[in-house]
Amino acid sequence: MASVSLSESLQPSRLTLSLNYLRRNKALTIGLIMIFLLTAFTVIGMLTIDTRNAYPLSVQPKQPPGDKYFLGTDFFGRDLLSEMVVGMWQTALIGVLAGALGTIIGIVLGFMSAYFGGIVDAAIKGLCQILTPIPVFLIQVVIAGSLDKRDVTIYTMAFIVLLLAWMWPTLVIRSQVLTMKERQFVSVAKLSGVGSLGIIFGEIMPNLLPFIAAAFVGQVFSAVFASFYLAVLGLGPLREPLLGNIIWAAQGQGAFFNGWWWWPIWPATAMVLVLGSLALVNMGLDELSNPRIRRTE
Amino acid sequence: MADLLNLRSVTKVYSRGLISRTSTVALNDVSLTLKENEPTILTVAGESGSGKTTLAMLLLGFLSPSSGQILYKGKDINRLKGEERMTFRREVQAVFQDPFAVFNPFYTVDHLLSVPIRRFHLARSRADVRDRMVEALTAVGLHPDDVLGRFPHQLSGGQRQRINVARALVLKPRLLVADEPVSMVDASLRASILETLRALKQDHGVSILYITHDLTTAYHISRSIIVLYRGSVMEAGDTDTVITNPQHPYTRLLIDSIPWPDVDRRWGQTEIKAQESEAEGAGHASGCKFYSRCPFAMEKCRVTPPLFRLSERQAASCYLHDTHPALPAERLSELLP
Amino acid sequence: MAEQPVLEVSDLRVSYYTDAGRATALDGVHLVLNQGEKLGLVGESGSGKSTMALAMMRMIKPPGRIESGRVIVHGIDLTALSDEEMRKARLSVIAYIPQGAMNSLNPVTRVGAQLVDAIVAHEPASKRGEIEERCRRALESVDLKRGVFEMYAHELSGGMKQRVCIAIDILLKPRVIIADEPTSALDVVTQRQVMETINRVQKQIGAAVILIGHDMGLMAQFVDKVAVMYAGRLVELCAVREMFTRPLHPYASALIRSLPSLSNKGVFQGIPGLAPSLLRLPGGCSFHPRCPHAMDVCRTSQPPLETLPDGRQVACHLYPHKA
Repeated sequence: MASVSLSESLQPSRLTLSLNYLRRNKALTIGLIMIFLLTAFTVIGMLTIDTRNAYPLSVQPKQPPGDKYFLGTDFFGRDLLSEMVVGMWQTALIGVLAGALGTIIGIVLGFMSAYFGGIVDAAIKGLCQILTPIPVFLIQVVIAGSLDKRDVTIYTMAFIVLLLAWMWPTLVIRSQVLTMKERQFVSVAKLSGVGSLGIIFGEIMPNLLPFIAAAFVGQVFSAVFASFYLAVLGLGPLREPLLGNIIWAAQGQGAFFNGWWWWPIWPATAMVLVLGSLALVNMGLDELSNPRIRRTE
Repeated sequence: MADLLNLRSVTKVYSRGLISRTSTVALNDVSLTLKENEPTILTVAGESGSGKTTLAMLLLGFLSPSSGQILYKGKDINRLKGEERMTFRREVQAVFQDPFAVFNPFYTVDHLLSVPIRRFHLARSRADVRDRMVEALTAVGLHPDDVLGRFPHQLSGGQRQRINVARALVLKPRLLVADEPVSMVDASLRASILETLRALKQDHGVSILYITHDLTTAYHISRSIIVLYRGSVMEAGDTDTVITNPQHPYTRLLIDSIPWPDVDRRWGQTEIKAQESEAEGAGHASGCKFYSRCPFAMEKCRVTPPLFRLSERQAASCYLHDTHPALPAERLSELLP
Repeated sequence: MAEQPVLEVSDLRVSYYTDAGRATALDGVHLVLNQGEKLGLVGESGSGKSTMALAMMRMIKPPGRIESGRVIVHGIDLTALSDEEMRKARLSVIAYIPQGAMNSLNPVTRVGAQLVDAIVAHEPASKRGEIEERCRRALESVDLKRGVFEMYAHELSGGMKQRVCIAIDILLKPRVIIADEPTSALDVVTQRQVMETINRVQKQIGAAVILIGHDMGLMAQFVDKVAVMYAGRLVELCAVREMFTRPLHPYASALIRSLPSLSNKGVFQGIPGLAPSLLRLPGGCSFHPRCPHAMDVCRTSQPPLETLPDGRQVACHLYPHKA
């Protein structure tokens, strides 16, 4: 068993090691860069453009991209650039909201279920297993479709998406905690007088951070994707310039056939970029949280 | 004189399966007493499946016995609450076998030492915490600067195990359960770790339960020994006597199979009847557990033999010695010096 | 000895290229083994003993690399073979029992199938019936029932699985068998059984055995010669009896002194200090920082492995050698 022990002070800083790792994990790096750029676009946009232009009857309609309207305008007199910025912002909001809530529920229920076992575990696991086979898409469409159009806001969207998304992170975090729980350092912590909460938050959770991050990104991805396809079907908050809504509206007005190519193109591209970057980060984090690959030293 | 530790007819049975339950007796009717003011090192010897790890887990309170009681300072450990439970936790500690598994890979090795110091209020300030860590690390032969602030994978196995032992030093427990503390450590380092354990008993009055399958180290470090096989006590008594003059066929087999580092002492002529498969061991519910492998097996061995007391400090659970008086299991500790 | 040695390792050098630099795992090792001889290779973790085994089997993977040196078994230079030829040589010329070998058995195929595979991979033309008979006989020679051929790995105990691995290794009657800590996970009684099995089969097929480990007790029981490794170099090689009665190299003698035995009860003597990091070996003799007899010359020049008049080999400035 050849082991190299660094007995002298040869301890590369955590920063150097992280940067070295990023160079190796290309998916993660590219994904993060893309997200950074998209976020920059959204944030700078929100601070500079006039958000009112994202709503109907604000500007001259049906203008192709040019000097005045950078990305063009649509049939209803909305400036596409403003729409993109506001739409991205709202998409991000739904994604992060639903994603964060889903992950938090997953953490709480997953930890409780794994750590306390017994009835608690049986109940939570049972509930997840019953709800999982339910066709998510169908239910989302039914719920969204049966709501009064005026009640549908981005927050209701987030809620609809969250409803059937929390089971997966719960089950997955539960199984991770189950394995962690049996590790010897947990026994030693118990011997050191650490109580249950201390073990959950102090010993187990820190080791699951990459994993939880991956689950979070996965959740955000599903939330964004769900909001997109629901909106494309016309089930979203119609007044808001959600990216899916823009496409739905464009389709409704036969944008391609009428030669307004710019109307659906920008939101579609944006959606591909957003989902793509999230998927890359997810892949990258997947690799990070797999302990076999992670060991770089 | 009060008793530090009292095991009263402790039995642990594992059952598996929902419909057809198969049960394995991990530990069968073991009784033991350790006195409070007489620190000692007691070896619990056995191979895998002997029940020694189960015994360790029971003593540490991680498992509860199927029957029987475990008393620490007179109180049942599975019924302790609050303050008393914290005291139990502080006074009964362990050193485990795998030097790497005890560390939480997320933290530096300091975490292993600082957590119990803080939880048990063994220090008054941040500086005091550090002082105590330094003191313990130096006592096990490590340079604190070489080790503190490092991550477990940056240190060697020997260093990690020494830190483990340092943790025991810092806590100064009354009872230390050492489960194969040197089996995963290089031969050259074993000596110093065992020496530290011995110093713990000598200078700090810590009683140590040394669990191992390596009788050579047991010979050097302990006064009394219990030999387990499949959950039952095969032989017990004074370490010197039992190892130099084993009376139970299993103990004889064990001693003979030790690879002594001595060219003139080759493996003995004791015949080994191999254990042909995993399943075989679980079959025999009654009778001597060693029956299927014993070269001296007789008809009467189908009934579990009691411990026959061969002398003041040795007893074997074997009908070969049935001319000697039988010793009831509860009085096992009388044999142990 | 007029006999041609069955194994000759000359100037073997292996390095590992890690993020933190280049680690010298083997620093020019010379070794000679005669037919039927049993050699014990001892050293701490990081001494290079497992690397030796892997290097001889040409199983070193990147970031490790065999920098130079030759491994000649029965006249064949293994380092000069192509990948395909080396694959054929493994098991038929030189065999390896890795640590935890019992975990290398395929859990979903029967034991017999794995034995048959080993033969078929080397002798694709042999007849099925013949192959099966050879496998069953191999099982018998390691003290297992012929019926084990039909069993699955999980139905066997640790010791039995290890013996199956030994059976696989002797199927093709290799010249050299390298056993890397074959009994580390086994109980003392099972360990003895496995070692006695290795002893027996080795005599049957006349192979030479290299037993790698750090348990000096096992060495005393089993081997004819002992080679001690430290920080990637061979520091002493002599007959087993001499190793235990009169070790020459300071590291070897410290190792022997630290062993517990029935005669020195209660006396513990460890070796102070730590093994050096392979990334930054000390100048001169690698052992000098921990050596009680270190002299000035030890700090600057590395002692070569010298053969003394009585046949022993030692690499230490304490013993006169040709300058």
